[in-house]
Amino acid sequence: MAAAQKYMQVSVWRGDEATGALEEFDVPAQESQTILDVVSWIQQNADATLAYRYACRVGMCGSCAMMVNGKPRWTCRTHVKKVLGDNGRLTIEPLRNLPVIKDLATDMTEFFDKWIAAEGVFHPTKTRYDEIEGIDPESSVRVEANAAIECINCAVCYAACDVVSANPDYFGPAALNRAWSLVNDTRDGGQAARLEAVSSNGGCHNCHSQQGCSTFCPNELNPTLSIAGLKRETVTSLFRRRS
Amino acid sequence: MLDLRLYMLQRVTAIVMGPLVIGHIILIVYAIRGGISAEEILSRTQGSLWWGLYYGTFVLAVSVHAAIGLRVITSEMLGLRGVGLSVLTWGSFAVLLVMGARAVYAVTAA
Ligand code: HEM
Ligand code: SF4
Ligand code: SF4
Ligand code: FES
Repeated sequence: MAAAQKYMQVSVWRGDEATGALEEFDVPAQESQTILDVVSWIQQNADATLAYRYACRVGMCGSCAMMVNGKPRWTCRTHVKKVLGDNGRLTIEPLRNLPVIKDLATDMTEFFDKWIAAEGVFHPTKTRYDEIEGIDPESSVRVEANAAIECINCAVCYAACDVVSANPDYFGPAALNRAWSLVNDTRDGGQAARLEAVSSNGGCHNCHSQQGCSTFCPNELNPTLSIAGLKRETVTSLFRRRS
Repeated sequence: MLDLRLYMLQRVTAIVMGPLVIGHIILIVYAIRGGISAEEILSRTQGSLWWGLYYGTFVLAVSVHAAIGLRVITSEMLGLRGVGLSVLTWGSFAVLLVMGARAVYAVTAA
């Protein structure tokens, strides 16, 4: 005889920022279950109008991040067992520090705009007719770039950062982390503009190094360290420019 | 809110204050041997250009450093921005500078 089905109480944010509220759902508990499974179950079985976002379900695309019991998580790879509170409850809300479109879907426009503002974009120096430049994988710059490169643009760090909440101009950890990996890209031709961008009002010098970003980054990147690298590089470039 | 220029000013003034604080503490330990009195302090500081410069430098560094620090905190905690933020930054700089300069003047003027 099958054991009686157990249910979890799940509170889910419904509506937009101003008029929304938490709504309760009873979701069947499974032995192995991710937060995204829970959200999908609700959308497929309880309320088809629930808005949320995902694509790959394997931690590659960066589209599924939400606040789970108050903490930013990639929901497709967060197991319910790992984050269930002592009271056995789940609260799932849209990602912090971003405008809510509806329910669990946030508007990530400002997040990506800030990547561009921080010069987190590649400036090619060669054409397709040039030889491909050899990069020594052991070289110190390539090792630095590697450490910051595996970002999936999930905005978990952006949601974790208190400076982003306090200062709307701040580019945030992900954009600056990308800028740092590009500072270490020897093929890039936009370094002066990049150092200027990360030295501006919204730049790296606003970071208090409290490591909320590094604590929550699901890919275990360390944006705090990247930002420290940018601070160091911008300061030394001041002396270089003068000499 | 904090660009490279303000960041550098805050770090440079912190670097200036570091040795001055250590020197000040060493002086305290030295000066209190065998008790201390107001006359004793003033006899050392009054009319001394060097002590005036020493504490004057500290006051200037603190005024710049703390004004930038308060600028960051008030902007982040109270959401102050734009002109209001500039007024607060320059205002706290001026208040600290005037108060500090008065104190330095009082103990070093001949
Ligand atoms: C030897 C003396 C001092 C040193 C080495 C020092 C160093 C520093 C450093 C490194 C920071 C940056 C912290 C960050 O990035 O978050 C800072 C911030 C700050 N400092 Fe100082 N400081 C000194 C003395 C003072 C004094 C005397 C005052 C006030 C009268 C002061 C007020 C502030 C304020 C308000 C902040 C802003 C806090 C923040 O940004 O997190 N400091 N200080
Ligand atoms: S270390 Fe810097 S970027 Fe990371 S969470 Fe803290 S303030 Fe934000
Ligand atoms: S740095 Fe980490 S947390 Fe931030 S967007 Fe990239 S993968 Fe996500
Ligand atoms: S769905 Fe792609 S990272 Fe979660």
